[in-house]
Amino acid sequence: MTATSLTSTQGAGRAGDKVFSGAALAAGCLILAVLFGVALFLVVQAIPALTAPAAEIQGGAGFFAYIWPIVIGTLIAAVIALVIATPIAIGVALFISHFAPRGLAAALGYVVDLLAAIPSVVYGAWGATFLAREISPAYNWLADNMGWLPIFQGPASATGKTILTAGIVLSVMVLPIITSLSREIFLQTPKLHEEAALALGATRWEMIKMSVLPFARPGIISAVMLGLGRALGETMAVALVLSSGALTASLIQSGNQTIAAEIALNFPEASGLKVSTLIAAGLVLFVITLAVNMIARWIITRHKEFSGAN
Amino acid sequence: MSKRIDVKDLNVYYGDFLAVEDVSINIEAKSVTAFIGPSGCGKSTFLRTLNRMHEVIPGARVEGEVLLDGDNLYGNGVDPVTVRSQIGMVFQRPNPFPTMSIRDNVLAGVKLNNKKISKGEADVLVERSLKGANLWNEVKDRLDKPGSGLSGGQQQRLCIARAIAVEPQVILMDEPCSALDPISTLAIEDLINELKDQYTVVIVTHNMQQAARVSDKTAFFNIAGTGKPGKLIEFGDTHTIFSNPVEKATEDYVSGRFG
Repeated sequence: MTATSLTSTQGAGRAGDKVFSGAALAAGCLILAVLFGVALFLVVQAIPALTAPAAEIQGGAGFFAYIWPIVIGTLIAAVIALVIATPIAIGVALFISHFAPRGLAAALGYVVDLLAAIPSVVYGAWGATFLAREISPAYNWLADNMGWLPIFQGPASATGKTILTAGIVLSVMVLPIITSLSREIFLQTPKLHEEAALALGATRWEMIKMSVLPFARPGIISAVMLGLGRALGETMAVALVLSSGALTASLIQSGNQTIAAEIALNFPEASGLKVSTLIAAGLVLFVITLAVNMIARWIITRHKEFSGAN
Repeated sequence: MSKRIDVKDLNVYYGDFLAVEDVSINIEAKSVTAFIGPSGCGKSTFLRTLNRMHEVIPGARVEGEVLLDGDNLYGNGVDPVTVRSQIGMVFQRPNPFPTMSIRDNVLAGVKLNNKKISKGEADVLVERSLKGANLWNEVKDRLDKPGSGLSGGQQQRLCIARAIAVEPQVILMDEPCSALDPISTLAIEDLINELKDQYTVVIVTHNMQQAARVSDKTAFFNIAGTGKPGKLIEFGDTHTIFSNPVEKATEDYVSGRFG
């Protein structure tokens, strides 16, 4: 072996390295390019609506007056979905990863994943024709007994096609995303930390509180944010379930609208400035989603010192 | 505050596989007992049956009796959670909770089962436990920093502090120094010597010098071959085991003529 062999850069392995790093770089750049392209398209197409005189925008009071009620509506629907889905998803994921016997866990995991495979229009049809009808007595009860809360103010919608129903349908749709991701993360909890808790005399639930949940916290946040992304952008189910209207505080009256459903319902018949307005609404949704994800990142990195990564 | 352990005719199974066969041993209170033997001879498995930690492994089960001052750990109605709060354990790799501060790590076991503790009591307990683990002087100015920021040896002593904070009767140590450098190892060995004034200590080690240095009694485990169960070959005073063992296998092993 001569000294020059140390500096030689020949061989298939070296070429493979280059191909791989090139491919990985290209894939990374492609994501950025697509994202940038979408953003650019939205901005360019939205400019006419953003600069048009207020009277020409739908509603006659300018773009801001048009968009903010449906921004609020979108957030309300998404928050309802997450408030319902997150605890259930974490519970189901914990059951699958730490409590269920192995056979049952596998079957249950499979069923939860199947939920994600159902097309959203099916959820929408189910929500509109079945859930809305069945749940409206509950809304009447809420209006009678808890009507002093603005969110349950009566009279309740007779059809049950309210933002709360839409939120419930959305929660079923985001459940599989949050459940599968959380389950994977729970399963990755180091045995070492689980045993540390058990050896101190922790019960199973205490072990989960001491070692599994702290370890999984950033992952749970990511999972919830992915679920939120789906809930914010979900179109078909909301369009079918929600009997839309003006922004109202009550969750059990008809009214409210989400951005995605608004675009879907109006786009086919839109032309000219109306198209531009809808695309501007899409831009707003894009910005909201981006902001949500950045906040999630910030929450995750805030406790980096304690993350266990060091 | 320490109890003795008497094991009678204990068999350990993984499913149908007999991993450790017919072990009977009497572990004295306030002493250090070392388990030595080749890899795979079942000494770690056996150690885990002394506080029912083997039950974490799917399919693992035991037959026989383990008596803690006469109370059978495997009796009807005995809760493994209670067993483990009386018989603490320190593992091969240091495993402080990464998301907790040093202080919270020490208090982790104490806060279990919804026990309430005032801040003043907690401060006293943290200091006493960390001093007991010879770690206080190194960490007293950074109790609120994460335990995972410490060196490996410090982390292991933090785990010992965490174990003694709950005031167990017995402390089991599963190769506690195998991931540590010689200086950290020495610190742990010194600590084991101090711990036996108050606790019953059982230690599994691959390091025979370590067994000779720290233990009062030594148990030698061996395995006849792959797929065969591990057995307790000889148990006696450490001095006897290392200088004048009864069994040929023990002599071969401690003198390095084995495997």
